Amino acid sequence: MLRYIIAFIMLALPAVAEEVVLGLSKDEVAITTSFDGSDVLIFGAVKREAPIPDGDPLEVIITVSGPSESVTVRRKEKRFGIWVNIDAVEIDEAPSFYAVATSAPLRDVLNDVEDLRYKISVPRAIRSVGAPMAVQDAAAFTQAIIRIRTKSDAYQLLENGVSVDAQTLFQTSIQLPAALTEGEYKTRIFLTRSGKVISDYETSIDVRKIGLERWLFTMSRESSLLYGLMSLAIAIAAGWGASAIFRVFRL
Amino acid sequence: MQIYLPIAEISVNAFLLLGLGGIVGILSGMFGVGGGFLMTPLLFFIGIPPAVAVATEANQIVASSFSGVLAHFKRKTVDLRMGTVLLIGGLVGAALGVVVFNYLKAQGQVDLLVKLCYVIFLGVIGGLMFIESLNAIRKTSKGTVPKRKKHNWIHGLPFKMRFRVSGLYISVIPPIIVGVLVGILAAIMGVGGGFIMVPAMIYLLGMPTKVVVGTSLFQIIFVTAFTTMLHATTNFTVDIVLAVLLLVGGVFGAQIGTRIGVKMKAEQLRILLAIMVLTVCGKLAFDLLVMPSDIFSIAAGGH
Repeated sequence: MLRYIIAFIMLALPAVAEEVVLGLSKDEVAITTSFDGSDVLIFGAVKREAPIPDGDPLEVIITVSGPSESVTVRRKEKRFGIWVNIDAVEIDEAPSFYAVATSAPLRDVLNDVEDLRYKISVPRAIRSVGAPMAVQDAAAFTQAIIRIRTKSDAYQLLENGVSVDAQTLFQTSIQLPAALTEGEYKTRIFLTRSGKVISDYETSIDVRKIGLERWLFTMSRESSLLYGLMSLAIAIAAGWGASAIFRVFRL
Repeated sequence: MQIYLPIAEISVNAFLLLGLGGIVGILSGMFGVGGGFLMTPLLFFIGIPPAVAVATEANQIVASSFSGVLAHFKRKTVDLRMGTVLLIGGLVGAALGVVVFNYLKAQGQVDLLVKLCYVIFLGVIGGLMFIESLNAIRKTSKGTVPKRKKHNWIHGLPFKMRFRVSGLYISVIPPIIVGVLVGILAAIMGVGGGFIMVPAMIYLLGMPTKVVVGTSLFQIIFVTAFTTMLHATTNFTVDIVLAVLLLVGGVFGAQIGTRIGVKMKAEQLRILLAIMVLTVCGKLAFDLLVMPSDIFSIAAGGH
């Protein structure tokens, strides 16, 4: 009987010999009027019951991804002498922000099978179901979105961006750009050995507009008529004000 | 100083926006154009999403036009009667324009059509105005007085009305048609339409240049206010923080521009407007003809 119970426990807790204990410098990013990007420090430790196993060292991968949305990628071609959008591919899910930080080159710390399973690398994080029949090279469209968003720092690949101490302590810093969308930013930590994920952990960073930003945003959505009238009132008042100032000073 | 825009969801430099608003405001006061055809492409360029740029720009035009029109009221250079007739046409046109715009959107390619519209209209209007005002300047420097308004077919139409400020006694049909056409184009191109209306008033209706500017501004206020409300309630794309930054610069610019405009000769004013229109046209044509730096572009949302 006891033997069965031990066997059951062994099965129920398979190989979680190494686990993540995590800390974030902030689990909330507040977008205020003067918001100009933010750094988030992600740090943690590996908890283990047994001594550090022999073999390849422990590697750490940290990803932060913003809310996903569907986007349309269009490609221009020259027709009748001018550049016109011809082909379009709809990408079902592309995160508005995505950063991958690793403790060594990504290729060395993660094999393709595990990447496919956990959707870790940037191309895997983007989900494109299918391109229309007319488009032969759908991959070029996915590459285009990665290229364009990498250029604006919305997608970041930070190889060697995670520092690991004595295979136990790790930390990285992720820079969130100024052009940030509101929402839950899913933060994942993967521990890998020889390219295989041995443990993963997930938490989230809450990105929210606060104060004036929050108030205006909510108003524009919930009482749009009032918001529109307020915009017009400000415009008229400013126009009249400037005219009055110039008249008073007889400019 | 960086400021985060709540609707556009990007962070931009506040002084840059104040400066842009000021420059466009000066041009607006000088020429009686809303300045949308200059400001909207500039906003795209600094990274404001197109939908937000177009909607917010409409709100800013309300402010600078209002500021400008007050200065013109003081100088009695607004033909209210003509403005009202044009406005009636303009609102009808704007409503029609929205229908046309949605139809084009369903067909795709709306971006291209808007750009082609810009190139064609700016090119034709700018070119004609440039040639005409160059001739006018040449004539005045030779000493011959420019002849004002000969009789043409427009004077044969019914429903005549007296427009005292403009010194005209013409049928209301041409101004209404001009209003409708400008309204349609304004809705499609996302601008106030001043750059089309000003030449139309000068060349088609034969109004004196001094009156044209104030009257055009008067009409633009109402058309853009209508557009702002439409965008705010249906697309939620009016960014009030962006609008405030632009219009603070814009209203002061408009006051300065009006004063510069009054001191200038009509031909000079027209030739400057022509040059400006042609420059924007050239830039847009260049973008269509030359291979873009990235042939791929991303648009939010699926089909």
